[in-house]
Amino acid sequence: MTTTSGHAPAEERVEQMVGNLLRIGVLVAAAVALLGGIAFMIHHGSLVPDHSVFRGQPAMLSSLTGVIAGASALQPAAIVQLGIVLLIATPVARVLLTLIAFALQRDWMYVLISAIVLALLAYSLIVG
Amino acid sequence: MNVLELSILIFTGALAAGLLGALTGLGGGIVIVPLLTLVFKVDIRYAIGASLVSVIATSSGAAAAYVKEGFTNVRVGMLLEVATTVGALTGAFVAGLVSPRVIAIIFGLVLLQSAWQTTRQRVEHGTGGPPDRIARWLRLDSSYPTAEGPQRYQVQHVPLGFGIMYLAGILSGLLGIGSGVVKVLAMDRAMRLPFKVSTTTSNFMIGVTAAASAGVYLHRGYIDPGLAFPVMLGVLCGALGGARALPNFKTPRLRLIFAIVVVVMAFEMLYNGITGSI
Repeated sequence: MTTTSGHAPAEERVEQMVGNLLRIGVLVAAAVALLGGIAFMIHHGSLVPDHSVFRGQPAMLSSLTGVIAGASALQPAAIVQLGIVLLIATPVARVLLTLIAFALQRDWMYVLISAIVLALLAYSLIVG
Repeated sequence: MNVLELSILIFTGALAAGLLGALTGLGGGIVIVPLLTLVFKVDIRYAIGASLVSVIATSSGAAAAYVKEGFTNVRVGMLLEVATTVGALTGAFVAGLVSPRVIAIIFGLVLLQSAWQTTRQRVEHGTGGPPDRIARWLRLDSSYPTAEGPQRYQVQHVPLGFGIMYLAGILSGLLGIGSGVVKVLAMDRAMRLPFKVSTTTSNFMIGVTAAASAGVYLHRGYIDPGLAFPVMLGVLCGALGGARALPNFKTPRLRLIFAIVVVVMAFEMLYNGITGSI
């Protein structure tokens, strides 16, 4: 079977899955951020903004556990941050998916390469 | 001005950046930091955080379509992501050590380079050449769809491409940009991939590269949700609109206008970095 790209059918199936994963990840992340953003505007929309001085973020908005706890408590800023975390997680999920696909093709060299990238991303997201 | 009014203005600015970025092919990420710091007087660390988030959104959105069409070389992307993620972590680490003034100066220089690159006529290099041992060992050679059916190509100079990608990762992590210009340079010039494969594989890698430093920045408190969400949604909407309008658009004049905007921003970033007013 030939395809327009000339890639093997198995590879083409993986490409379709990767494409769908990226699309769904971005859509879900944007939807969560939008919902949180609307709630954020209702609660804080009339305040005076100040981003000119760097103060960092409270623990609720700067760690995975904090963001999940805050979003569960329906804190608007934490819901926005959850959307952003989902967005950051989308490429991570993509690397995991390609790792599984390479494993199914018994392409161990690329399983190793994907695992290195995945470990680096996990370190960044969890340890920071 | 209250939070709601400011968010609407920032959304509008990000929308314009995303639209122009998609229409010129330069990506909107490069102008988000200057826009936020110069126009909205946002601290450069918050600006970098918001910019990184928007870069992940647009690149993942665009990559979804390209990978399905079979332009992206997933193996090349995966291999070079080792270099860009290590680079991005290096960049994010260095960003915590140097002053915002230094970052502003580097940013200005990168903007100048991007503007220069934008106005240059791109030349499709021959993709022939002798088979490369490393590329063959890593099974990087592939094919991509053209009007005349699938076209095979051979990948060259893998170590050089890998090295340039490490640099692209550092710039991405340090400045909060996708650094697509440097990524395309590595694949198009060094590794001799067809231009369409270079640009789409670059796009494919940008999300992973940006996610590597975004994690670090999240923990460091650089990502302010109130700022990041209008930027992310604005750039995303702009990029989607731009991609849709692209087929019936003449781009040379637009590229020139965008290049001029980037040059003005570059000098302003350099000036603010040197005088310390950032």
